[in-house]
Order: sequence, then C-alpha cells, then structure tokens
Amino acid sequence: MLNPQTIKRDFPILSRIINGKSLTYLDNASTSQKPRQVIDAITYYYSNTNANIHRGVYKMAEEATLAYEGTREEVRTFVNAQSMKEIIFTRNTTESINLIARTWGEANIREGDTIMVSALEHHSNLVPWQELCAKTGATLKVIPLSNNPQTPYTLDLEWFEKNIDNSLRLLALTQASNTTGTIVPIKKFIEIAHSHSAVTVIDAAQSAPHMPIDVQNINADFIAFSGHKMLGPTGVGILYGKQELLEEMPPFLYGGDMIREVLQYKSSWNELPWKFEAGTPNIADVIALREAIRYLKKIGMEDILKHDQQLTRYAKQKLAHFQNLKIHAPNDTTQGAGIVSFEIPFIHPHDIAEIFDSEGVAIRGGHHCAQPLMEHMKTQSTARMSFYLYNSEDDIDCAMAALEKVIHTFNQKK
Amino acid sequence: MDIYADNILDHFKNPRHLGTLSGPTISLDDANPLCGDKLALDLLIEDNRVKDITFSGSGCAISQAAMSMLTEEAYTKTLDDVEKISKEQIYQLLGVPISPARVKCALLGYTLLKKAIILLKAKKTE
Repeated sequence: MLNPQTIKRDFPILSRIINGKSLTYLDNASTSQKPRQVIDAITYYYSNTNANIHRGVYKMAEEATLAYEGTREEVRTFVNAQSMKEIIFTRNTTESINLIARTWGEANIREGDTIMVSALEHHSNLVPWQELCAKTGATLKVIPLSNNPQTPYTLDLEWFEKNIDNSLRLLALTQASNTTGTIVPIKKFIEIAHSHSAVTVIDAAQSAPHMPIDVQNINADFIAFSGHKMLGPTGVGILYGKQELLEEMPPFLYGGDMIREVLQYKSSWNELPWKFEAGTPNIADVIALREAIRYLKKIGMEDILKHDQQLTRYAKQKLAHFQNLKIHAPNDTTQGAGIVSFEIPFIHPHDIAEIFDSEGVAIRGGHHCAQPLMEHMKTQSTARMSFYLYNSEDDIDCAMAALEKVIHTFNQKK
Repeated sequence: MDIYADNILDHFKNPRHLGTLSGPTISLDDANPLCGDKLALDLLIEDNRVKDITFSGSGCAISQAAMSMLTEEAYTKTLDDVEKISKEQIYQLLGVPISPARVKCALLGYTLLKKAIILLKAKKTE
C-alpha cells in the first residue's frame, strides 16, 4: 500500500498554512496538487532548454523536441495505446472533446443520427454534443440514472440496451463522474455501442488520475483527459484516438506545425499526431507532465485506486454519523473514484465550503459543472470532498471537525 | 473575521418579511445559477412608498440574510429613497468582509430590488 505521509513530503504546497491551519486539500476532482518533480521540470526547462520544437537544428531545440515527444511516449504507455500517432496534446479535456465534435463530428454526424450521453456528464462532455446536434439536426439522448434503490447514482444499462438502435452514431460517456464519483463500466457500454457501429468517446478526466486505463482493452475510439488532475501542470490535455479514425479526420486548427507543405494558395497536412497540433504548443507543461506520469507509475495506478476508495469508505462512515446528511455516491465504494458529495438540509454548500476554508480544509461547493446531473439528483448543489494519493484519514478527520463547526454554526432551526 | 457573524445567522435563521403578498404591485424573482441561490420579491407600493415588502427564497446564508436585511431597510421608504440604497450600504448591513467569490450572493437581493424600482418607475412614466 502507498504511504500518503511520505508522498505528502513531495508536494510543497501541502505544507502551506491557511487561516492559521495546515492545509487539508480535498478538492482533487477540480485539480490535483503538483509534486516537486513536476515543478522542478518546469523550472529546469525554462532555465536550460527553452527552445521551439520541431524546427531548430541547434542543441536546445533538439533537447526540447526530444523531451516533448518523450512525454507522448510516456502517455502512450500510460494508456497502453498502440502508437504515439494516437496521442494528441490539447489544452484540456474540454478542448479534446471539442476537437472530436468539430472534426469527426461535423464530418460524420447527419440529420436523423442519434448521439447519446449519460445523466452523469459534466458540461464539457455535454455542451459540445448539444451544439453538434443543433448544427446537424441529430438527436441527443441521455442514458438515465438507475431507478433501482440498490444501485443509486449508477447508469441504467438496461435502458441503454433497450433504447439503442442503428441510428446511434456516437456514444459520449464519462468513465467516472466528477460529482458522485461513479465509475461507469464503460467496456460494456462500448461493446454494445460498437455492435450498432457507433463511435465511442470516453471522458476520462476523473478516471485517468485514479485508475489504470488500457485503451486497447476497453476498445474506446476516443479518450479525453487532462494532465492537471493527475499531478501535471494546467494547460495540457490529452486526446487519444484510434489511428484509422484520426487519419480520416480533417484538422481542427490550421497554421504552423500542422502542415506538410504550404503553397501560396493551398496546403497539405502534417502526419499524425502533429496534424492536430497547430502552432507552438505548451512545451514546458507537456514536458513536465512526463514527471507527473512517472510519479503515478512509480506508485502504481491500482494502488492509487485502492487508496482513494479506502478513503471514500472511511469518509462515508464518518459522514453517516451526521443526522439528516445526505450522501450522493454509489453504495458500493468499489464503484467510486475517490469522490463523496453530500448535502445538509438548509445549509448551502457554499456556506459549508466557506466554514471548511476557515479550518484550512479546501472542498468544493456548487453544481460541479454538472447542472443537469443536479436536476437528476433533485438538488441544486452539493458539497464535495475528493481524495488523492497524498490524502490520509487524518485529512478526513480534519474535514469532519470542520463539519462539526458547520453544524454548530447553523444548529438552530431555520 | 468569521463571516458567519451573529447578525447574519440571525437574519438567515429568522428572516424578516418572509412570505408573499396577496396583491403585490410588482413580483420579481431571480436566481444565481452558479450556486443555486433563489429569491422572489413582492412589493406593494402606495403613494410612491413601499407599503409592504416580502421575499421568499433558498440558498446560502449570505444571499438570504442580505435580502432579509434589505427588506427591513426598504420597508416604508419612498421609491426615491429605495433607489438611493447603495451596494456599500449592503456591505455595511452585512458588516463582514465579503470575498469576491461571494459578492454575487451578497448582491442578489439588491439587484432584484433595483430592477423592481426601475420597472415601477418605467410603468409610472408610461
């Protein structure tokens, strides 16, 4: 098992004092903190090798190019893709999903087609598909949450099986919800979607940081995730796509680096993956992402998942002691990715988060960029704790002390 | 300083002018979709004066307490005087530092009341 106390020492920010208290960081679903290795990589790059890539013939340009492409290889092995051609760097998950919608989507989706998403999606895996439907006349359908009281906050697989037909062209599905933490059995959904010849897009923003991903095993056509939720810097997203699909797709953005040859009135496109990386990319942060992935690989993704789920279990046990508190998470902790959402009647999550902050505990209160999911859950917003490898049961104890303070502050009846 | 000062909690737990009016001159509601704060405001105007004012809503302590305080402030005032109420007065009524993230909560009711006054004055000049 991993040792969060040892890991914590690699993260300078975790020794910060907030409002006179040691920082307890429980907002990892928003963004993770960064280990010294990642911070040092950025400093090293700008202090030693800063040069534009894929161009210069001098030593630093070559070093920068090698380091940048080195991260691509690191990502390839992280998700077990067949080829580096299948790994594209974007700014974030949202841009990765928009890239698919604007290129593959606009070239392939027609009136009469169906696009399916799930009730668990956050806005970045919903709004691009709403827009694509509006542009093309395709129909958007939503896989609902299970009605079964035994399996709350999971998706209704039976509904999907019953309602799928050959009009389905695209299934866009999250692998883990950023609100309830629900891990979706995507392999099953992908298999069914493929049996109707649909293309599948997996939003792995919340899963890639917490569990092993094997794109060949799950057989997804596209996967999108962000480096900043998995110890990397902000500003780097990843898009994995199957090579045969990427080859057929038109470019997303046009300009430098994505071209093979430019004539005055006409141009041809670079080969994969650079066809989709127009302009000078975020070189420093891509290079630093390699250190983040190495860090995760060293700890081991399976151990990270076990650790995050164990913390979820512990947190749910502690939260159960609070009267009237409602937990929005699957019953079975092994179906969760280290996230617990909760609400208390008459106490708004922003008030909860504000009092937590006064105790140095950072959590999120709000709709988590998943407003339709809030409607499905019949609530406005929740307070959310999300865990990662440097968190320990002590952190949850700090959160529970803050929660006692919330209850104490608001204890009189409204 | 703790933003959950006694006066804020008092207004949140015991809101003043809570409810609805049977024959309001104007009814308005607004929400902050970002955090889910909701407010509905009823005003009864007679002789250019706020004869009665009520509100209902749900949301964070700051948004609800600020609205409650504002109804006390506006009650029996002339429309011209209500129009003169400033943002700074809201902050003074709250009496605690409002961080940038909570400004929208603090001013949701204020914005709603200002909108009501503009509509009422426009109606009169029609």
